[in-house]
Amino acid sequence: MFEDLRDLYQEVILDHGRKPRHGAKLAAYDATARGDNPLCGDRITLWLQYTPAGAIARAGFEAKGCAISIASADLMAEIVAGLDAGAARALADALQTLTKTGAPPTLDAPLAERLARLMPLAGVHEFPSRVKCATLPWHALRAALAGTENATSE
Amino acid sequence: MNTATRPAAPPAPFDVEKLRADFPILTQEVHGRKLVFLDSAASAQKPRAVIAAMTAAMERQYANVHRGLHWMSERTTEAYEGARDAVARLLGAPDRHEIVFTRNSTEAINLVAHSYGRGVLAPGQAVVISEMEHHSNIVPWQMLRDAHGIELRVTPITAAGELDLAALARLLADGKVGLVALTHMSNVLGTYTPAARLARLAHDHGAKLLLDGSQAIVHRAVDVREIDCDFYVFTGHKLYGPTGIGALWARRDLLERMPPFLGGGDMIASVSFARSQWAQVPHKFEAGTPPILEAIGLAAAIAYVEAIGYSAIAAHEAHLLDHALARLAAIPGLTIFGRAQDRGGVVSFTLEGAHPHDVATLLDRQGIAVRAGHHCAEPLMHRLGIESTTRASFGLYTTVAEIDALAEGLLRVSEFFA
Repeated sequence: MFEDLRDLYQEVILDHGRKPRHGAKLAAYDATARGDNPLCGDRITLWLQYTPAGAIARAGFEAKGCAISIASADLMAEIVAGLDAGAARALADALQTLTKTGAPPTLDAPLAERLARLMPLAGVHEFPSRVKCATLPWHALRAALAGTENATSE
Repeated sequence: MNTATRPAAPPAPFDVEKLRADFPILTQEVHGRKLVFLDSAASAQKPRAVIAAMTAAMERQYANVHRGLHWMSERTTEAYEGARDAVARLLGAPDRHEIVFTRNSTEAINLVAHSYGRGVLAPGQAVVISEMEHHSNIVPWQMLRDAHGIELRVTPITAAGELDLAALARLLADGKVGLVALTHMSNVLGTYTPAARLARLAHDHGAKLLLDGSQAIVHRAVDVREIDCDFYVFTGHKLYGPTGIGALWARRDLLERMPPFLGGGDMIASVSFARSQWAQVPHKFEAGTPPILEAIGLAAAIAYVEAIGYSAIAAHEAHLLDHALARLAAIPGLTIFGRAQDRGGVVSFTLEGAHPHDVATLLDRQGIAVRAGHHCAEPLMHRLGIESTTRASFGLYTTVAEIDALAEGLLRVSEFFA
């Protein structure tokens, strides 16, 4: 019945959606932002801790959302650790392209490896009403990096 | 106008399969499966009578209204004003001049918030809404509050999802409330509010009552005289009519006292650069070229519903609702929100382990269209302690087999996310 949905709900998505590894507020953080999807009421709060050099040391989040948005947030928290703001933004742009077109843009080696971790989200592009679920955490990431505290998926 | 293809003879026994044949879209397939459309509360599908009436108007007798001195304009004006008669009849309005066409319920409420709110209510007075309003019956009053110094009070609902009338009486007690604006049927919980009792309660405290009938009028006959309310709004597209047309009914003395909402052509008696004189009601509130074709479509929709009869529709939908509540309650992990004594064909629920969006996507793949989200009622979601629900809603064309398809579809969703 749901064979064609396996593109959208890959095991990785179901697993991270059910049991997020980074789904908690950071005890100490340097930046935070909230993301709201006004269409559905889903929301995420993201916390970032920076290294002395200003790169992202850790990310944590609390979210009310669907399997896609939770999985996207959890994968994001996993792969942005160690990136500076510019690289994290480049990854956010790449995720945007991936979820809209289904194809990953070309990135340099270290980022390309991280982007590969996001490939399970590519199936979202076949579900236009669900693209914003996948991109909401990344809007929050951009807002946190920019020091603005609110983002929406609009 | 050929607005109804159905004879007005004694209503035939309710035959849902026969009625479904009137709705061309219901034979469509989605993802290779027969469409099961359970999202009528968001917008209903259109019977052929509506489609034909609008097409016929465009093909045979179309021009602008109220201004042409030619045959086409005269016929179109007749059809447009005929639609006003149809709405007046639908609502039991004593005077056809009390019907103002708007774009939808939202615009009708904004009209009242602007023209009655700023034009008649005085700063320091209060407006009461409830915890289970649609955003369209919240935001216009917030705008009025901020612009005109009106206090906004919110009356609570009970755990069952009904209005708490004792609490409402307390909010009215100080006599400062000028207007009570409430839903006639919740788009999330399905609750019907006790309209006539609300009117008495409001009037006993010197307040007017506005009812948002967007959902209510789809499922049940409404008579504004019997209810004794002061304002009633609804939208055409939920009542099997086209988008872009809604209506406000208000008592004529209130409309007379209210300043216009929008300015422009058609709403004036005379214009000079020094000043303009307003047209008589309802035209004072209908600036610009109105939604002519949409009004004609709405008239056809009303004729269609009236020919079937509200009592037959209500009986059919009550049966569907009982069946739906029983089938859904038997699904493990499913929680239904709202258990009002008096309710209509809307069921909101959550399913353990699956977010409403994921539920909606998996149902969609089975050809089942439902709505998921906050249903433009975020404050109600907060009141219920949730972000969103999945909602199945029924129309006159909904069948018991479709409810069964929903229940079976939900069991598959549960398995998928288990």
